[in-house]
Amino acid sequence: MAVSDHERTDPAADRIATLDVAAPGVPIAARPRSGRSEFAYFALRNWKFDLGLGVVLVCVAAALVGPLLTDHEPLAFTGPTDQPPSSEYWFGTTSFGQDVFTQFVYGLRAALVVGIVGGGIAWLLGAVVGFTAGYRGGWVDDVLNMLTNVVLVIPTIALLIIVAAYVDVHSYATEAVLIGLTSWPWAARAVRAQTFSLKTREFVDVARLSGRGTRQIIATELAPNMSSYLLMMFILLFGGAILIGASLDFLGLGPSESISLGLMMNNAFLSSALILGMWWWFVPPGVGIIAIVGGLYVMNVGLDEVFNPKLRER
Amino acid sequence: MLRVDGLSVYYQSLRGDVKAVDGASFEIADGEIMGLAGESGCGKSTLGKSLVRMDARMRYVGGSVELDGRELPIWDDAKMNAFRFKEVSIIPQYALSALNPTRKIGQMAEELLSSRDVHLDRVLPELRRRLDLVGLSESVLGRFPIELSGGMKQRVVMVLSSLLDPSLLIADEVTSALDVSTQRAVSELLVEFRDRGFVKSMIVITHDLSVLYQIADTILVMYAGKLAEKAASDTIVDAPAHPYTRMLLSSLPEVGVRFAEKRLSGIPGRPPSLLDPPGGCRFRARCPLAFDRCGEEPPFDEVAPVHSAACWKAAA
Amino acid sequence: MTFVVAVTIDWAIPRFMPGDPVERLLSRMQAQPGASEALRGYYAEAFGFDVPIWQQYLNFWAALFHGDLGLSIAYFPTPVSELILSALPYTLALLVPAILLSFWAGNKVGALAARRKVLDNTVLPASYVLTATPHMWLGIVLVWLFASTLTIFPVSGAYGLALQPEWSVEFARSFLHHWILPFSALFLVGFGGWAIGMRNMIIYELEADYSNYLASLGAPTKLVRKYAYRNALLPQITGLALALGAVVAGAIVVEIVFSYPGLGSLTLSAIQNRDYFLIQGIFLFLIIGVLVANFVIDIAYVFIDPRTRVGMQGGP
Repeated sequence: MAVSDHERTDPAADRIATLDVAAPGVPIAARPRSGRSEFAYFALRNWKFDLGLGVVLVCVAAALVGPLLTDHEPLAFTGPTDQPPSSEYWFGTTSFGQDVFTQFVYGLRAALVVGIVGGGIAWLLGAVVGFTAGYRGGWVDDVLNMLTNVVLVIPTIALLIIVAAYVDVHSYATEAVLIGLTSWPWAARAVRAQTFSLKTREFVDVARLSGRGTRQIIATELAPNMSSYLLMMFILLFGGAILIGASLDFLGLGPSESISLGLMMNNAFLSSALILGMWWWFVPPGVGIIAIVGGLYVMNVGLDEVFNPKLRER
Repeated sequence: MLRVDGLSVYYQSLRGDVKAVDGASFEIADGEIMGLAGESGCGKSTLGKSLVRMDARMRYVGGSVELDGRELPIWDDAKMNAFRFKEVSIIPQYALSALNPTRKIGQMAEELLSSRDVHLDRVLPELRRRLDLVGLSESVLGRFPIELSGGMKQRVVMVLSSLLDPSLLIADEVTSALDVSTQRAVSELLVEFRDRGFVKSMIVITHDLSVLYQIADTILVMYAGKLAEKAASDTIVDAPAHPYTRMLLSSLPEVGVRFAEKRLSGIPGRPPSLLDPPGGCRFRARCPLAFDRCGEEPPFDEVAPVHSAACWKAAA
Repeated sequence: MTFVVAVTIDWAIPRFMPGDPVERLLSRMQAQPGASEALRGYYAEAFGFDVPIWQQYLNFWAALFHGDLGLSIAYFPTPVSELILSALPYTLALLVPAILLSFWAGNKVGALAARRKVLDNTVLPASYVLTATPHMWLGIVLVWLFASTLTIFPVSGAYGLALQPEWSVEFARSFLHHWILPFSALFLVGFGGWAIGMRNMIIYELEADYSNYLASLGAPTKLVRKYAYRNALLPQITGLALALGAVVAGAIVVEIVFSYPGLGSLTLSAIQNRDYFLIQGIFLFLIIGVLVANFVIDIAYVFIDPRTRVGMQGGP
């Protein structure tokens, strides 16, 4: 599965995730109970999942705990300017005398908010649209498909730049909403493809024949099979939202009243920190993003292996 | 002719080795079609596949295989290549998806053949003849797999797999997904391949005994990774020696017979786990004839001329 | 259809941005109070702001068909199309090689990584890191490392300050010198994504039925890999169309970091100056460009993947 933000590729989005039989001759009783416990059992044993999850959790911890470790405000001019990292200022200070470490941990918070909210909205929209289109088919599908294509083709960044400039974003939640509202088409397409392939499988026909209502079919037959897929998609959207948010912040279109990782880079850039060699200012934000997003992607790889046993330790 | 001695092939799984084929020994003469039957998971497919190519999870554990007097190095993937397609070939279970979807069939055949140092020109006339034999027009070569129906694809694979006249052809569940009339047509084609000398001997793997009765000369029944019984088809159907074979047969419905009084009897119970199989005869738990000696594994021995079975009761 | 909607959105949104562009222009020109009234009227008319909104919309379409994107407000009186066309080559110089080379290199390396464990263990983690890297950060780090600390490459611009664009060796050398870092920023991130994708697709294809069949018939790994690669490329090409948006976004940001005189920098100044027409023009360009690229890729795909061709003709 190619890994990227929502507009980069995910060719395997069209693949079907099925739970294979582990090996011939293994009687059912020997395997762990199906359902959530089986998932947890396999997931935690997958080192990639663990590694990714670990990294992400570290970042979350840093975001939660970090601000408590520092008594500075992120935007306050607290100390001497242009200081390299020291015992007093762990990540050094900026050209304006702000503490980089404080900015960093608050920035992490902002990134996580943007990721969860933005990714979540895109996920919800994408799942609903894609699923409805895939399941209903017919004219519903045509209409939704056209809508999806229109939004899909418009370069997201273009749309966001204009809209963000207009809306005058004040909080990261708002920025996240904007990102979510523009990132869903990719997810919708993938969910639609997945729904199509599942819809035509026999067990759905059987359920329909036995007289189950549409809602029930969706809940009991389709959703469980898609849940793994949906989970992985959310993770990708989460990562993607963070990246887009960082770009927006870098362009100066994010909230300016608080700090974010992208904004840190923007400030550093505008203050010629690159030329002055103040690496402590612009390197950490990027590393933070790479850590969270990279961790998410690696988690996803682990999950893919859990859900597709074929990929395990080949 | 094929001679297999003590062949053991295990599957590697997360929880240990699955003993899919455990100590198989049998022979197939030239011109013989041997049916390989048993329930799902008994190891017949593994046995068949191991003679051509071990997939990633299969592990050769022991035993020897001899084809036409030469040893088949089935444990050595590279060395086996010389034998594949030319001496031993397979019609896989997944024949319907065995063709590269983005390549024209003729083109794929040509590339495959030339990679095995066989010029398409040399075999083209024969290829045409065989396509005709199975009821396909030559135009099939210029088409993509997606343009063919399932039955057509299967026949293409049958022709292709046997094109270089292998000494041994393994047909893995070729009739399982077909309707009854197509089953018959395909089975008859297999026999015809043997009759015309395209292949010397054949192993037909299936769980359907009725098909084997029609086309196989001998039938080998497997159970839980072990060989249960091997005999001429008539013998197997009329006078089976192994209790498992007998119960398999009695669980078959007969066409045209109405069962007013007698119910179809299946075989109660389930096959044992192959991860940690029980000692002794593996059929013991489900066998109505089981007695004390069954705690000791019965050897697969001759109980009559050209008739072997692994059962203490049969040896009587 | 998509085009119409996209264009409408493109026209509509800048209109809703706060701030009156004419006012801005006037304040920049520091005109005298009396004169500013007259000027305001003049500009309003020049830009067509004096007519009702719906008429502005229609006028827009009319002008569009003449290739007239209006006059830039910020760079008055330079026509928007002129500004865009002069910035376009620089953006294309970054985008096109970055997209093509990262696609080609990423796919090749991804395929290689799929078969060599050693390569896999290095390339894969590196690719994950790369694909998780924000473009501008990479650009920033590259500037810091190679331009500021080790002054191998220049810090900004597309060519040396003393030079003018012309067809000369000197200019070409300077251009390349300035081009390398921004190109690398775009290339590396893209490379990571493609490498990961291809590696996974190749694994998938190598385990497909047709690969197994070929191997069972003794085909050399070279042939199997060749088929796997061709088949794995198909979804990657589809992915290319989807990835365009992200690369364009990356290009904009990278251009800003390097003060590269392409569409990215132009966009930024357009936003800062509330230059409706310029923004409109740029985004129109982007939208059309992406639409055209998508269209081209869709068409190319039909030619490359026989399944779509057949699907369109209707199967048997």
